[in-house]
Amino acid sequence: MTQTTHTAIADQVDDSHHPKSFISKYVWSQDHKVIAIQYSITAIGVGLVALVLSGMMRLQLGFPDQFSFIDPSSYLQFVTMHGMIMVIYLLTALLLGGFGNYLIPLMIGARDMVFPYLNMLSYWTYLLSVIVLLASFFVTGGPTGAGWTLYPPQAVLNGTPGAENGIVFMLISLAIFIVAFTMGGLNYVTTILQARAKGMTLMRMPLTIWGIFVATILGLLAFPALLVSAIMMMFDKLVGTSFFMPAILSLGENIDHKGGSPILFQHLFWFFGHPEVYIVALPAFGMVSDVIATHARKNIFGYRMMVWAIVAIGGLSFVVWAHHMYVSGMNPYFGFFFATTTLIIAVPTAIKVYNWLLTLWQGNIHLTIPMLFAIGFIFTFTHGGLTGLMLGNVVVDLPLSDTYFVVAHFHMVMGVSPVMVLFAAIYHWFPKVTGKFLHTGLGKIHFWGTFLGTYAIYLPMHYLGFLGVPRRYFAMGTTDFIPESAQALNASITVSAIIVGVIQLVFIFNLIWSVFKGKKAGDNPWNATTLEWQTTKTPPVHGNWGPSLPVVHRWAYDYSVPGVKDDFIPQNVAPDQVIMIEKVEGAENVEGMESNQKGDNT
Amino acid sequence: MAIAIVIVLLVIGSLIFHYVSPWWFTPLASNWGAIDDTINITLWVTGIVFVLVNLFLAYVVFRFQYNKNRRAHYEPENTKLEGWLTAITAIGVAGMLAPGLFVWASFINVPQESDVIEVVGQQWHWSFRLPGNDGELGRTAIALISEKNPFGLDTKDSSGQDDILILSNEMHIPIDRPVKVLLRSKDVLHNFAVPQFRVKMDLVPGTVTYLWFKPTKIGRFEILCEELCGVAHYTMRGSVVVDSAEDYQTWLSEQQTFAQSMAVPLGDMEKGWELYAGCAGCHGAQGEGIKSLNAPRLAGMSSWYTKRQLAYFQKKIRGTDANDTSGQLMSQMSQLLADKAAINDVAFYINSLKPDEAAHSSTGDLSKGKQLFRSCSYCHGEKAEGNFFMNAPKLSGQHDWYLSQQLNNYKKGIRGNHPFDLYGSQMMLMSRLLHDEKAILDVVSYIGTLDKGLSK
Amino acid sequence: MTFFRELAEKPWLAENGPLALSVAQKETNQFPAKTALKFFLGVVTVLFFLFTITFLSRSQSNDFQALSGEPWLPFTDAYQLWINTGILLLAGICLQFAVFSLKKQQMNLFILLISCGCLFSCLFIFGQINVWQNLYQAGFALAENPANSYFYLLTGIHGLHLIGGVLALSYVVWQFWLKNNNKKLVDNLTLCTVYWHYLFVVWLFLFALLTGNTATYKTIAAFCGF
Repeated sequence: MTQTTHTAIADQVDDSHHPKSFISKYVWSQDHKVIAIQYSITAIGVGLVALVLSGMMRLQLGFPDQFSFIDPSSYLQFVTMHGMIMVIYLLTALLLGGFGNYLIPLMIGARDMVFPYLNMLSYWTYLLSVIVLLASFFVTGGPTGAGWTLYPPQAVLNGTPGAENGIVFMLISLAIFIVAFTMGGLNYVTTILQARAKGMTLMRMPLTIWGIFVATILGLLAFPALLVSAIMMMFDKLVGTSFFMPAILSLGENIDHKGGSPILFQHLFWFFGHPEVYIVALPAFGMVSDVIATHARKNIFGYRMMVWAIVAIGGLSFVVWAHHMYVSGMNPYFGFFFATTTLIIAVPTAIKVYNWLLTLWQGNIHLTIPMLFAIGFIFTFTHGGLTGLMLGNVVVDLPLSDTYFVVAHFHMVMGVSPVMVLFAAIYHWFPKVTGKFLHTGLGKIHFWGTFLGTYAIYLPMHYLGFLGVPRRYFAMGTTDFIPESAQALNASITVSAIIVGVIQLVFIFNLIWSVFKGKKAGDNPWNATTLEWQTTKTPPVHGNWGPSLPVVHRWAYDYSVPGVKDDFIPQNVAPDQVIMIEKVEGAENVEGMESNQKGDNT
Repeated sequence: MAIAIVIVLLVIGSLIFHYVSPWWFTPLASNWGAIDDTINITLWVTGIVFVLVNLFLAYVVFRFQYNKNRRAHYEPENTKLEGWLTAITAIGVAGMLAPGLFVWASFINVPQESDVIEVVGQQWHWSFRLPGNDGELGRTAIALISEKNPFGLDTKDSSGQDDILILSNEMHIPIDRPVKVLLRSKDVLHNFAVPQFRVKMDLVPGTVTYLWFKPTKIGRFEILCEELCGVAHYTMRGSVVVDSAEDYQTWLSEQQTFAQSMAVPLGDMEKGWELYAGCAGCHGAQGEGIKSLNAPRLAGMSSWYTKRQLAYFQKKIRGTDANDTSGQLMSQMSQLLADKAAINDVAFYINSLKPDEAAHSSTGDLSKGKQLFRSCSYCHGEKAEGNFFMNAPKLSGQHDWYLSQQLNNYKKGIRGNHPFDLYGSQMMLMSRLLHDEKAILDVVSYIGTLDKGLSK
Repeated sequence: MTFFRELAEKPWLAENGPLALSVAQKETNQFPAKTALKFFLGVVTVLFFLFTITFLSRSQSNDFQALSGEPWLPFTDAYQLWINTGILLLAGICLQFAVFSLKKQQMNLFILLISCGCLFSCLFIFGQINVWQNLYQAGFALAENPANSYFYLLTGIHGLHLIGGVLALSYVVWQFWLKNNNKKLVDNLTLCTVYWHYLFVVWLFLFALLTGNTATYKTIAAFCGF
């Protein structure tokens, strides 16, 4: 148990990547914190592009035939790019590349990632993938409009916008992204397994780290499926193979393909696509758990159950993919299996929701901005999760699939909910990243606008789905079964969407303003227990911990431990350093006695 | 505090929205009441959970707000409570899943006595095929598809000879008989969905998928494509007409079999020439079109398109709108053609006419026109040469004044509005992309530049 | 199984204290690149596994013409592939013995062996390219048939992984040149060797898979339930 063996990896600060100049400090930086910020800014930037694209789509849907710059081609291009950017280039990159990078070393008590150079390479590769993606806006024919699922044969055929070049750029960009993610992912996993501070057992890790850890493993195992399908589709497109292309006509012309299977692509795509949902959701689950525990001053309820649920969801997420394909024409008998597995995954997910609620129960809830967003998350996630049960139940999916119900569902569960957590996390960790608080008043405007606005968008949207309005329609035109009033609904959704979009500018302003003018925060403004708040410098310096690494003595959730003076004990406080209340009067802490002894035992 | 109240209000608001909302499933028109029942069960279970969880959330947030005199309770876990919650959730989930699986089993097992129809999807149209008297659909192959044989039937397969081909966006089926719908695609993925029937399934090129239902209401129901199939995905509509048994028989007797469709002669040039004399007065001796008489150019028009339009005029599907005087005139004139054979002959003759290049005087913005034409080009072709397989007529060579007049007619619903104009509705949707007169002028001017060297 | 035992811990209880310290201790002693390599090999395995699944599924369609089984098919007699297999095996063996020689500080032998390892690896890649050329000249072009497509695709991706390995190996040797850290070189080189052996196993698998005949694919597919 000597310090030396342990320092072999994590304690060693390699001189070679100590920043010396501006460039090596902020541009070609190998510091996980700088890389995290680079990842975050890039992801938020490209996310804003996607936000604008969604606004354009909504303009067409809310007020059809009013805007001459939107035609069916560009509409589909907006849909596709919006979806792909949001899911992969924003959410995955921000949650894992941004928060993962920032929080992993700090929360587990390491000096940096174990492979800092690889980490830097990961960011620049990611940036390259973003550039290639955005470049597709400027090539002949524009970006692909095949829908974010990129289903062949139409994705590569004339008749779909971007079939000339856009699809190739998209596939190349995805392949580059996967390389970037794999570099980052190997780093995260290895760091979590190898570079934890002394005493940081797996079960003492904060749930944030658990979420990121399992999500990263999911990503490492799921992204190859996307890579395989991208490579094979690229071959079909560029050299005329027939992996996914059966004998077909293209706009009336017989083209030279035969025998391929479009459904095979769908299986590959969703074998990636469903775990992808949890690649986004699990880090969000983790982070929201920590935000709730900290701001409710209470230990996370049922920590073990929470960890098991994360692991179980991660495992199950690989055997539910075909629930996206109930009406795809696959072997219909698969429906039984996948409906069952899908509904089973609801159980661990429900447990997580219960445990968040039970964490709040008998807590001492500070309604800070992060907490507001966390509460908002519980609400939206419950809503989205429950509609997911409807779609997962195979026959209920029959009338609802490919309608706006699906769009509303996945935006609720995979758009709004993780974004709520992202905001909670940004408001929560911003003081550590910059040393300043974000402005509370602006934060409130941002929260209420986002929370109420998104609900005003997506609740009515479910009802368009019940009506049977199909998704990915440029215009509905006149039909005999959709009442005129549906258009009013659409218009109101668009108005809400634009309001929500504009509110985000308040947030962006708040970010920039607070970096310079925000109220100063100390090292541990929220009185949190986890290690990242225990650094002696804020923002933490290169190497994070000063001369010696922290030693972990307890789990991450010692909030309001009975008999202890403060209502939190940081993870690195040794048992003999815990300051007890002088003399306990007795009565109120009966059930806390067991844990109370903890301080005395060692 | 506010957040607790807002959450309660949102829960109440959602419930009110749910109950007063006029937006709900369209009335069921098939046997799939069981699907609606499953939806209701699921909705009840999930709805109750939604209300309970969020009211509890609001209560907790309200009850345990920060108070500096209070300390949070310390309780790492409560295995018993968590066990109970898990068990209750599992029961709820099983309660939703079990009925769902039973209904799914009945969805994938087609009743023995079902009629079979085949639905063929292509960008962006529907067509249909019935097995005919032998009850068996003939073999097909993509490679065999041609203008003469749009279904790609194998002529060597005898079971295909009596297949009934319905090359139109409209299908008829008899009421109260279960029907197994075989789904086939010629190009990309499509999805056959009729909201009132509740069931849907993708059409996957290279394989045949299926679904089944039993229509229980007489009427006309819209078919929507619900799997993204390219630019004009949203215009890929069709209809299923559910008929009484007698009406269905009447309709069926009017349809052509594959053998009959192959036997239609090419057309008689002599007879066509004779018949065309009646048209020449307005459309010109060479079919060049005369602006002062509001008569479009006919020369070189594909015969399939001429035939369809003449049939529309005859059946009062086109040219009935009060604002379309020349259309009304044409509708009367078309009655002069006695039968299908006459239409066939005159269309054949018109196709053979070779006029001079049309003079174009439109002065729109060509680069804007080119941009706008991108949406048209998928069906009408890069050179506006027309495409039988996309049901799109040739546009190049046509007079600019006629094109802009027709585009306006489509936009205003003067043309294409008739329920039996099965292709016009598509053009109505597309014409809305041209927001104003200027846009129409631009695109028509651009089309005018395309006929160089193309006119026969 | 320690993982699952750990998952059952109640971290809030005091008795985990000293235990926890020792557990974390043990893990951090490992060489991190080794863990990363394990995961990376997992990723690559998934990649090839998924390709294999699609291959088996595709092999059941009518237009699929296997590359062996009949006299006129190129891999009925796959001697060229056998030669390449031997070369790749030699490359792995050279690297393995390079590690041994390094441990014994026999630097000259080490340099010889590691050069041979690189040389044989490159030779394998040229051998594979040669196979492609022969295949192409025999009329088995890439897009002619899915079996051909898969052959080019999978050997290509396997080759890319090997090229990546050669680059990584060069980087490791170069780093040694700069810093002369013997311990680190042994560690890194061991990992390279593991990677080479892994690629050799993958190659054997691909070899068997891509040169099967129709009957074999039928059996496998039936076994997998396609």
